[in-house]
Amino acid sequence: MGRYAIRFASLGYLVVLLVAPVGLVFYRAFEHGLGAFWGSISSPDAVHALKLTLMIGAIAVPANTIFGVLCALAIVRYRFPGFGVVNALVDLPLALSPVVVGLSLLLLYGRGGWLEGHNVLFALPGMTMATIFVSLPFVVREVVPVLREIGTEQEQAASTLGASALQTFVRVTWPSIRWAVAYGVVLTTARVLGEFGAVSVVSGRLVGQTETLTLYVQDRYNDFDVAGAYASSVVLALIAIATLLVLNTLRPKEETR
Amino acid sequence: MIEARRITKRFGEFVALDDVSVDVPAGSLTALLGPSGSGKSTLLRIVAGLERPDGGEVWLDGEDVTRRTPQRRGVGFVFQHYAAFKHMTVRENVAFGLKIRRRPRSEIGPRVDELLELVQLSGLAKRYPAQLSGGQRQRMGLARALAVDPKVLLLDEPFGALDARVRKELRQWLRRLHDETHTTTVIVTHDQEEAMDVADRVVVMNAGRIEQAAPPRELYDSPANEFVMSFVGPVNRVGEAFIRPHDVELLLEPNGATQEAMVERLVHLGFEVRVELVRDDGEQLFAQLTREQTEALELARGQIVYVRPTRQTVFAK
Repeated sequence: MGRYAIRFASLGYLVVLLVAPVGLVFYRAFEHGLGAFWGSISSPDAVHALKLTLMIGAIAVPANTIFGVLCALAIVRYRFPGFGVVNALVDLPLALSPVVVGLSLLLLYGRGGWLEGHNVLFALPGMTMATIFVSLPFVVREVVPVLREIGTEQEQAASTLGASALQTFVRVTWPSIRWAVAYGVVLTTARVLGEFGAVSVVSGRLVGQTETLTLYVQDRYNDFDVAGAYASSVVLALIAIATLLVLNTLRPKEETR
Repeated sequence: MIEARRITKRFGEFVALDDVSVDVPAGSLTALLGPSGSGKSTLLRIVAGLERPDGGEVWLDGEDVTRRTPQRRGVGFVFQHYAAFKHMTVRENVAFGLKIRRRPRSEIGPRVDELLELVQLSGLAKRYPAQLSGGQRQRMGLARALAVDPKVLLLDEPFGALDARVRKELRQWLRRLHDETHTTTVIVTHDQEEAMDVADRVVVMNAGRIEQAAPPRELYDSPANEFVMSFVGPVNRVGEAFIRPHDVELLLEPNGATQEAMVERLVHLGFEVRVELVRDDGEQLFAQLTREQTEALELARGQIVYVRPTRQTVFAK
C-alpha cells in the first residue's frame, strides 16, 4: 500500500510539474502543423538566435570543462593555501541569482565601471562571460566526489612504475573520471542553453544581434507571437534531449551510475 | 642496497620518524616490524619517494635519491589495498610500467607472460581487477611491480587485507620468489609471526625510532629491550623478569626453587596447551606446554602446581 502511495506521489509530482508543461509546449508548437512550426523557427532572427546560443555554448562548455577538471584536481589533490575559499567560491554561481551576475558585469564593464569600453557589454564577450559564470560549478561538482573515491593510490602506483604526472593523468586518472566529466558536460550544456537572467541583463537584447534562443522565446511571447515562442522552446528542448541521448549512447552499459 | 640516513618526518605535531637510520643489504629480505603509528610505513614511503622527509637522506645502490621523484627511483611498490588500475585488465596492469618505458611490443608480450606465469595468473590475464580475489589482486600487484626490474621491491603491509590462510600462503610464496630473484626487498608488517617467517632480518620500530635490527632468531633470543621482548612473542612479566611461556616449567612437587601456583584455566590450541596460572602471591602468568606434557602432569583446573622459570631475562634500567 505504502509502495503504491510513494509511486503515485512521485509520478503525480513529475506529471504536474514536468510532463504536463513540456507536453503542452510540444502540443502548441505543432498545433498548426509542421509547416507553421518550420516557418517559425527558420525566420532570420530565430536562426540567428540559435546560432548565437550554439556559439556561446561552443565557448562556455569547453572552457568550463577544462577549468572544472583542473579545479577539481586542485581541490582534491593539492592542499594549497586558500583551498577553502576556492571550494566555497565554486558554489557561488549556484547560490547567486543570475540577474545579480549580469548586473555585476554591467557595473564592471558599463559606463563608469573599472573596465569600461572594452566592447564587452551588449556583445558576445559579455554574454559568454555571464554564461560561463552561471554554468561553472557543474563539472567541478561531478568530478570532485569521484576523485575523492578513487583515492591517490592508483596514481602513486603509476608514479612508482615510471609514469610522469601527465602520463599518470592520461592513463590512470582520466579513465576513472571521464564519465563524471561527461555527466558534468551534459549538465553544463543544459545550463548554458537555458541561461536567461544573466545574459538578459548584459546582452542589451538587440533583436537579430545579441538575442540568444531563450531571449528570443521571450521576445516572441512579448510580441504576441505565441506560436513562435513555442516553436523556439521546442528547439531548445530538442537540443537538450539530444545531448542526453549522445551521452547515453556513448556510455558503455556496465558503467551505469 | 638501501641506506636511509638520519630520516626525520613530522605530520603536524606528530613525529612519525625521529632521526632514523637503517641499512638494507643488497639481495636481502628485510621486514620493518612495529605497531601502528611506529613509522614503519612512512619510512617505506620515504624510500619510495612517495613521501618527502623533513630531514635526512635516502641512498639507493650508492646514489643519493633524496630529491628524486618516485618516477625516477626505480623502485617497485606494492600497496596494502592493491592500488590496481581498475579500468585495465590484469595483463594491462602488469604491462603498465613497460608501456610507459616505451619498450617494443615484441619484448612486452613475452615478459608479461613470464610474470603472469610467475604469479600464477596466466589464466586470468583478460580479467579486470574487480573480478579477482584479494590474493589474486595482490599477486597482480607484485607482478606489476616486478615487471620493470626494480632495484628494490617495497611492500607496504601487502597481506594485511587478506584472510589468515591466504596470508600464510602468500608469504611463503613471497619467500620462494625472493629466493629465486634475490631482489632487495623490504616488507612492512605489524605481524611478528609474518616478519619472523619471511625475513632474513627484522627491524623493530616503535614510536618513530628503531628498537633493534637483527635476524629473527637473534631478535627472539636476545631482545635488546622490554619493547622488543614483548613485541616479538608472548611473554610473562614477573617482577623485573621477563619469561617466555615455553620457559615456564611445571612440577607436581616443590623443590626449593619453585613457587606455588594454581591452574586457573587450560586452553587447548591443537598441539599446544596454554596453562593459565595464579601464583600464591597473586601474580598471574601462563605456561605453554605440549599436549603430552599436559597429559603426563594430569593437569586440571583448580590444581596446585609448582612453577620454575628455566630461563628469564632482566633488562638493565
